[in-house]
Amino acid sequence: MKMFSIILRNAFRHRLRSILTIAGIATAVMAFGLLRTVIGAWNAGVTNAASNRMIVRHRVSFIFPLPITDLQQLQRVAGVTGVSWANWFGGVYGNSSDFKNFWPRLAVDPATYFTLYPEFIVPPDQLAAFQRERNSCIIGRKLAIQKGFKLGDVITMDGDIFPGRWEFVVRGIYTGRDPSTDETQQFFQWDYLNEQVKQREPGRNVDAGWYILKVGSAGAMPAVSATIDTAYTNSQAPTKTESEKAFQQSFVSMSSTIITSLQVVSFVIIGIILLVLANTIVMAVRERTREYAILKTLGFTGRHIATFILGESLVIGVLGGMLGLLLIYPMVQGVKQGFSAFFPVIGVSAFTAVLVLGVAALSGLAAAALPAARAVRLPIVTGLRTIG
Amino acid sequence: MKIPFSYIWRSLWARRLTTVLTLSGLTLVVFVFAGVLMLAQGLQKTLVDTGATDNVIVLRKSANSELVSQVDRGSAEILETAPEVAAAADGRPLLAREVNLIINLNKKGSHAMGNITVRGTSPHGVELRQGVHITQGRMFTFGTHEIVVGHGIATQFDGVALGSVVPFGGDKWTVVGYFDAGGTGFDSEVWGDADQVMQAFGRPTYSSLTFRLRDPGQFAALQARLNADPRTQYVEPKRERDFYREQSQGLGGFIRVLGITITVIFSIGAMIGAMITMYAAVANRVVEVGTLRALGFRRRSVLGAFLLESILLGLVGGAAGVVLAGFLSFARVSTLNFSSFSEIGFGFALSLGVIINALIFAVVMGIVGGFLPAVRAARLNIVNALRGS
Repeated sequence: MKMFSIILRNAFRHRLRSILTIAGIATAVMAFGLLRTVIGAWNAGVTNAASNRMIVRHRVSFIFPLPITDLQQLQRVAGVTGVSWANWFGGVYGNSSDFKNFWPRLAVDPATYFTLYPEFIVPPDQLAAFQRERNSCIIGRKLAIQKGFKLGDVITMDGDIFPGRWEFVVRGIYTGRDPSTDETQQFFQWDYLNEQVKQREPGRNVDAGWYILKVGSAGAMPAVSATIDTAYTNSQAPTKTESEKAFQQSFVSMSSTIITSLQVVSFVIIGIILLVLANTIVMAVRERTREYAILKTLGFTGRHIATFILGESLVIGVLGGMLGLLLIYPMVQGVKQGFSAFFPVIGVSAFTAVLVLGVAALSGLAAAALPAARAVRLPIVTGLRTIG
Repeated sequence: MKIPFSYIWRSLWARRLTTVLTLSGLTLVVFVFAGVLMLAQGLQKTLVDTGATDNVIVLRKSANSELVSQVDRGSAEILETAPEVAAAADGRPLLAREVNLIINLNKKGSHAMGNITVRGTSPHGVELRQGVHITQGRMFTFGTHEIVVGHGIATQFDGVALGSVVPFGGDKWTVVGYFDAGGTGFDSEVWGDADQVMQAFGRPTYSSLTFRLRDPGQFAALQARLNADPRTQYVEPKRERDFYREQSQGLGGFIRVLGITITVIFSIGAMIGAMITMYAAVANRVVEVGTLRALGFRRRSVLGAFLLESILLGLVGGAAGVVLAGFLSFARVSTLNFSSFSEIGFGFALSLGVIINALIFAVVMGIVGGFLPAVRAARLNIVNALRGS
């Protein structure tokens, strides 16, 4: 206990320096935590994928549709308990160079889609209204707040994949079951898309962008996948059937380079934390060279000295880490506002919080290792002779 | 009276370890800062260079990428007879009818999937892109299921070795050559015959038409002609360079904003590091400062000397960071471009602008870190300072 109070007193002997060091570590820790959170947000789709859903897409690429006639055959596959489908609509809302005008717009089957996605909670009357009215849509709660859309509003946009002007009436607003559910999407009736395209571009067919399957258990997935993909191997549209998790993972992996560089940068930040802390400890130890020599003459061993130095560094490091951790939360809120199009779901995970503190504590020990070793080895006489 | 410069740098040299630690911190920050700028710059350069100044690309209105655009044969025929379109070497209009699709390939050494652009082009497509040349094998033959693979895809992705067969569109395609497009976006593409690709995918329309203007000044005239003709009102011509610049804005802006936000945050950490060093420098030299003042140096000179010391720290750290970042020029990255939903390979581009920005950033860090300590040194009372209190 005595040792600890010496450590604390030493740590704050140079109050300004200690406070600066803690502030420096706190900002670096905050940047580190922010990066980890951004990387986590990138993976949100994978983390949140349901374990009982599978996606059937075109084998060559997700951009090619699958025949809508595949539906009956998919419904009959053993192990499949529900089938729905969706299309990526794209579209341009307002000024397209503003990322705040981008959100996912999907044409879905109104009868089945929301049963397969129980995490999107729609009030029953709103869902019924959506199913009744051809040009209606359901939007996420966050999207409604961001853009000020209310029930009954008309959302107008230009199509790109499906050209022309499109108007959708908001008939429902869904909320997420979990805090991590994406609340920024827009769903409208696939039948509306189909009808309109037939009218606007005679001869063009609308198929299913991808199918969503519900399976009884995760164990049934390999068999379902094999059955479907084998059946379509030689068809016009060969399929790739995978778990929702694998499907989301393939999207994340397209940006793997960016994720890797963010990870590299996060290691650079750890380097900076180390340097700032090491600098302070080196200074402190140099100033106290005589003092440590005196302690040694009084009978304190090298181990004591090392504990003093390591402890001091650890205290400063952990204090900086805790302050930084507190700062991460408001920062993440800021990112949420600014990057909502890129990261619909972002939050500081418990793992990140623990990681951040761990990094700060380990940096504290690592930064003090060299100065401590030096102080321990320094002969008493040399130490006493040193002029501060 | 000014304090000699040698005093300033000798003071730094006297506490080498602390100086080096502070410098390393500043260096790391500038390294990341410059790296982010270089990456965004590299992406922009790659895509902007992809477009030629007098080429024009025609897409469907409100289509922001070739992938979602559709242009019919009728429009192609109308454009081929337009007087603004330049003539090719064979006397025919220098216009390419192209189709743009995406296939999935796996990155080498990982299971990461990439969206690769397959560009079906017509005989004048290569003549329009002057930088493109075959490096290995030969060009594909029109009318066959042969493809050539861009240099960036050949080096980064599996399954496209010379002679190998790539299945897509219900057919098999043979890789007969690699091409180099001089570091432009075409390096990240696979090229084949437009008619063959469209047939294989059962697609009746082109994605885009690209042609050379007879005279670059005729762009407005062409735009007016397309708008006046009801058959071509649904398309929109863009200068190729402008089109590709737009394609770089999404990802480029993302890299810049995210990168700079994070760099600025942790640069505060490094600035505080510099501040700690400078405060310590002042504290250790109280007597020295007193002596300087007693010798007749003004407060202003003392302030200047300490500030210069920290600016020097920033500048050296900045220079080291830029040099370190310079090595990144040898690295190439390949990732998904959100705007085109396809893979784009690009490098880190070191430009004078990046160097200047990075050095300014470093000097600002030095000034911010050194200002308060320098003020403290300048405000020391001569008598107290000489007493060493």
